[in-house]
Amino acid sequence: MIIEHKGLSEVNGSLVILDGVKKPMNEELVEIELEDKTKRTGRIVAIEGNKAAVQVFEGTRGISMVNTTTVLTGKPMEMKLSPEILGRIFDGLGRPIDGLGEIFPQKCMNINGKPINPVSRVYPKNYIRTGISSIDCLTTLIRGQKLPIFSGSGMSHNELAVQIVRQASIADNDDFAIVFAAMGVKNDVAQYFRSSFEKANVMDRVVMFLNLSNDPIIERIITPRCALTAAEYLAYELGKHILVILTDMTSYCEALREFSSSKGEIPGRKGYPGYLYSDLATLYERAGIIKDSPGSVTQIPILTMPNDDITHPIPDLTGYITEGQIVLDRGLDTRGVYPPVNVLPSLSRLMKDGIGAGYTREDHQALANQLFASYAKVQDAKALASVIGEDELSQNDKLIMNFGKEFERVFINQGENENRTIEQTLDLGWKLLSMLPDSELDRVDEAILKKYLKRETDKKE
Amino acid sequence: MTAFEVRKMATENLIYGINGPVVTIKGKTDLSMLEMVYVGEARLAGEVIGIENDKTTIQVYEETDGLCPGEKVYSTGSQMCVTLGPGIISNIFDGIERPLPALEKMSGCFISKGISTSVLDEEKQWEVHLTVKEGDVLSGGQVYAETQETPVIMHKIMLSPLLSGRIVSVKKDGLYRVNDVIAVLEDENGKKHELTLCQKWPIRIPRPVKNRLPASRPLVTGQRVIDTLFPVAKGGAAAIPGGFGTGKTMTQHQLAKWCDADIIIYVGCGERGNEMTQALSEFTELVDPKNGRPLTDRTVLIANTSNMPVAAREASIYTGITLAEYYRDMGYHTAIMADSTSRWAEALREISGRLEEMPADEGFPAYLPSRLSEFYERAGYMEVLSGGEGSVTIIGAVSPQGSDFSEPVTQNTKRFTRCFWALDKALAYARHYPAINWNDSYSEYVPELEEWYHDNVGDDFIKYREELCSILYEESSLMEIVKLIGADVLPDDQKLTIEIARVIRVGFLQQNAFHKDDTFVSLEKQLKMMHAILHLYHKCRQIVALQVPMSKLISTGLFDKLVKMKYDVPNDKVSMLDDYITEIDSTLASYLNK
Repeated sequence: MIIEHKGLSEVNGSLVILDGVKKPMNEELVEIELEDKTKRTGRIVAIEGNKAAVQVFEGTRGISMVNTTTVLTGKPMEMKLSPEILGRIFDGLGRPIDGLGEIFPQKCMNINGKPINPVSRVYPKNYIRTGISSIDCLTTLIRGQKLPIFSGSGMSHNELAVQIVRQASIADNDDFAIVFAAMGVKNDVAQYFRSSFEKANVMDRVVMFLNLSNDPIIERIITPRCALTAAEYLAYELGKHILVILTDMTSYCEALREFSSSKGEIPGRKGYPGYLYSDLATLYERAGIIKDSPGSVTQIPILTMPNDDITHPIPDLTGYITEGQIVLDRGLDTRGVYPPVNVLPSLSRLMKDGIGAGYTREDHQALANQLFASYAKVQDAKALASVIGEDELSQNDKLIMNFGKEFERVFINQGENENRTIEQTLDLGWKLLSMLPDSELDRVDEAILKKYLKRETDKKE
Repeated sequence: MTAFEVRKMATENLIYGINGPVVTIKGKTDLSMLEMVYVGEARLAGEVIGIENDKTTIQVYEETDGLCPGEKVYSTGSQMCVTLGPGIISNIFDGIERPLPALEKMSGCFISKGISTSVLDEEKQWEVHLTVKEGDVLSGGQVYAETQETPVIMHKIMLSPLLSGRIVSVKKDGLYRVNDVIAVLEDENGKKHELTLCQKWPIRIPRPVKNRLPASRPLVTGQRVIDTLFPVAKGGAAAIPGGFGTGKTMTQHQLAKWCDADIIIYVGCGERGNEMTQALSEFTELVDPKNGRPLTDRTVLIANTSNMPVAAREASIYTGITLAEYYRDMGYHTAIMADSTSRWAEALREISGRLEEMPADEGFPAYLPSRLSEFYERAGYMEVLSGGEGSVTIIGAVSPQGSDFSEPVTQNTKRFTRCFWALDKALAYARHYPAINWNDSYSEYVPELEEWYHDNVGDDFIKYREELCSILYEESSLMEIVKLIGADVLPDDQKLTIEIARVIRVGFLQQNAFHKDDTFVSLEKQLKMMHAILHLYHKCRQIVALQVPMSKLISTGLFDKLVKMKYDVPNDKVSMLDDYITEIDSTLASYLNK
């Protein structure tokens, strides 16, 4: 039996309070009909006795206290799913907006998902070749990983994400699909992703969820959950390898803050709710591989660091949950280096088990360690040079400075369409290391050094 | 069976309000503070955290979606307890001690709500040997039976610390299940208690001991920077603070694998799911060098990942420490790794916020320091009730917000731990692992452990340690100058300090967890390595005093050779390090004779 409720007892921000409700259910989906017969949806977020606080996804504009009718649907927010969702475009609440009609669901799933049992996870070990040297060699992406891109406004994170999608050998692989969730991004950005997917000829394997920057913010809180539910369905029910791109997580967190303060919650750091960590974790932890299915969910969330500050709560908490991060650098970007990956703070936690003999090449780990260590020294040399001038540096420091410049010029920097094989990338790394004297190469075993490091002088002999 | 279960008058307790993981009941209830309850028709596990005149507040350990007001809250009459008995080791639990492999069997790869299962395998038969006979008088905590839990752990079945009395009947040795009665005890009031293989204990109350003993033995970890520079005692507490990517989890894993505790409790508190999977698979594959058995034979994992309910995350730390205390009471040395205590503190903050309590620093509740101290004070080297000694060592990771060590969790943790291993972002960026910063870290245990090092490792160990520290300190002040004017202008003796400090940093402090010989290093090898480095230093000091330039000494290649000695000397041929001394002497002899 469906009961309609007439009237509301309070409207506050995006929340409406219903009074005298019989048996409201926590997280229940609510349909709201306005005076002018337009319909909105919401969900119950808090209950006290027979009062229920309902979060209205489309916002409360135009809602009146008296002439509003609400219906409790008796079920939680669910996403309608079928294999036909591939190639379709949805709004932030998972409703089709491409004019191709409704989805005939084979399955409905609660958008909040359920936590994966840690013992049912399969430890991710298969690397994804992106063809980008800085990522493949130094922060290797692993299937089932969550690896965010920390960027700033105006930097080329979108181009990088598209290049990863294009080059992650998806065009020739049927089992591969992309779930793209836009949260509060500009119309142009959404259009850029769409046209890039079309150009790469993968549009029929993309599911898009669009919540643009002028769409309601409450909807934005639901968008990644819909997208991840779709991703889980495709991966764990249909056995596909799914790459999820979530952009922009900063807008998502802003929306969460706005909603939290309208609920009158006690704020934590910088006004963000105290549960921001747990909330982000329920999104990011939905990446992975499980025992029962051949599929996988790999996440690349993109976030723009406010004021390029990596200690801001959003990148900070994200970094504590995700398995590493790719950090873009304003300085490199201004110098025209693409992709402007700052390799020192970048990290892939899962790479150590997915590289080396049998996966990439035996020397990979040693090479990566040495490149990191040497590039860290470049920063010291640079700092010194800025005080005493480059001419005054010792011979050794000058070699290091030159190494640093070449490293940025030929290794990090590459074309937007340049797709390097792992061998090319690793050989390039060794070639750069040959600029340094042996005493600087303290992270590498003698045997590996002999086998892979080829100096100019060696050739002459 | 325990003394905590008290039957009482029942009232009808119905849910009134729901807000995230917090549920309230209106009116007076018969529920008691910190009582464990089941909430709603789905029977979600929960705990009473607040009682007012007309309102009772419950935190729920599972997701509350789908819960309706008016549903019943079922009381259990007991506090939040863990079940203690054979079958805990090698298992993996969630924050409220539900075995995850059993949950997987019941609900598949995803954890469903409201499922409950027995903590220990009730069907498994254990080969039990009874150590008491009829008429024996037992006091609380004494052993009445034992069974081989894993090939390396003898599980001692102890009387609950709150019971005592005379054994009136006892079964023969044989195969029993955990809930089988194997003996009957009559207490002084004439009340009979049936004794099984297991007991319960409330997680928030420390298990009693006879006596607290001074911490005088180190927890040997095989990690050079820890064992040599900042050792932690058995029964001590250490904190590992560090921003993301600085290697907290890696360090915790290394300690869990190699430290010389008998039993490891690894608590993944609000951390990544894949990390727990990794720990699970690594501990199964790795073999304990002491007995040749897989590490899982001595390890318990508690996994409450960040996407699992927040209230259970708060409980997971207590569950872990209670298990550790239980094995300590058998006379074992246990170590608990809590990764990470910041997530636990954040869970406290989250729940405190839902209760609309007045926040203190950064939104954390004002009782954060007292909760932290209650937890860390449960560490200790004890004389236990069953006779003998045992210890609980706590190693807590801290994830400071924004990598800022002045935030409340790090600062308060510092007050209650005596060992502080500060992880450093700059070291981690340069891939110097373990990224423990030698200038910011400290250990207050060194004076207490000095005697042990003298007796068991060598007289020189502490002396060498101090020398290393002073060289490193000197280097850090020299580096201030180098940053301004470059290394070239320094006099040769200062260049030597910088060069030898490089050998110490790269060749000694930095340790490769993936190298078979470097992942674990015995104290003997650590001592010999220090000896070689300092020997070179002293010789070179003499030579530099004779006006020989540093560049000549560097060109001998001795410095680079010492940097690589950690890889070149296998662990079973530690005596090879003596050859280094000979080589240093012979190579440098020509300079000294001039």
